[in-house]
Amino acid sequence: MELFVFVCAALMIVGGAIGVVVRGNPVHAALSLVLTLFGIAVLFVAQRAEFLAAVQVIVYAGAIVVLFLFVVMLLGVDRAEDLRTDSLTGQRGLAVIVGLGLLGVLVTAIVSGTDAVISRGTGIEGATNESADANIVQLARSVFADYVVAFEVTSVLLVVAVVGTVLLSRRRPKEVRPESGRPS
Amino acid sequence: MWYLLLSAFLFAIGTFGVLVRRNPLVMFMCIELMLNAVNLTFVTLGRQLGSISGQTIVFFVLVVAAAEVVVGLSIIVAIMRRRAGVNADDLAELKG
Repeated sequence: MELFVFVCAALMIVGGAIGVVVRGNPVHAALSLVLTLFGIAVLFVAQRAEFLAAVQVIVYAGAIVVLFLFVVMLLGVDRAEDLRTDSLTGQRGLAVIVGLGLLGVLVTAIVSGTDAVISRGTGIEGATNESADANIVQLARSVFADYVVAFEVTSVLLVVAVVGTVLLSRRRPKEVRPESGRPS
Repeated sequence: MWYLLLSAFLFAIGTFGVLVRRNPLVMFMCIELMLNAVNLTFVTLGRQLGSISGQTIVFFVLVVAAAEVVVGLSIIVAIMRRRAGVNADDLAELKG
């Protein structure tokens, strides 16, 4: 049963990923990204990380991809990009080599290290507790007790990101002319 | 395990996409693919090693990725407002 779920979700993920890379139209690429994100959320649920699956769908597929689509529509870049040309000669071949090389390194690391990882696995602690929100309770205990400094720093990061974005996308009241040097 | 191989494959696809695509928004989407591959790896290894820390790290990666997307998109908007129809080849210089 888990194998069936894994195969279906893996097909969604790989199909969406190839769609992001191959589609010329950015809107189509964003929709393929949503397919990939849903596949990842399914795999999160299969791995007993239900809270993360919900957060993934809400934050990633629901906010980040929508933001991408807003920017695509705002800037009018929905014209399809020409994928047949390379900006450097042989760029696509080199990119294939880099991708395959990276994949080879990662697969080697996984296959050779899989014995060490599997032998230590006994399942998520408290997984025998079958109450519905055991996962959230565990995650909350970890975030607010062990990683509370990271939590606070992350909230500062969010504030900084919001302030920075508002400043960066502020539309100036007058166009700044380069020769006058007058600040807006 | 197969989950780790899938996330390695997803990471490689994302890398290929970043290297090949020239539209900055699609390059950003390929970076998000790579981040998702890493998230999947963390959750898988957290489950295999019996620790909740994997999911905690994914929680923080999600938040940081959201902040990064917001800032990155605002940078792209600020750049592309000045020069319409730009792609990554035109952004070769930091000036302007």
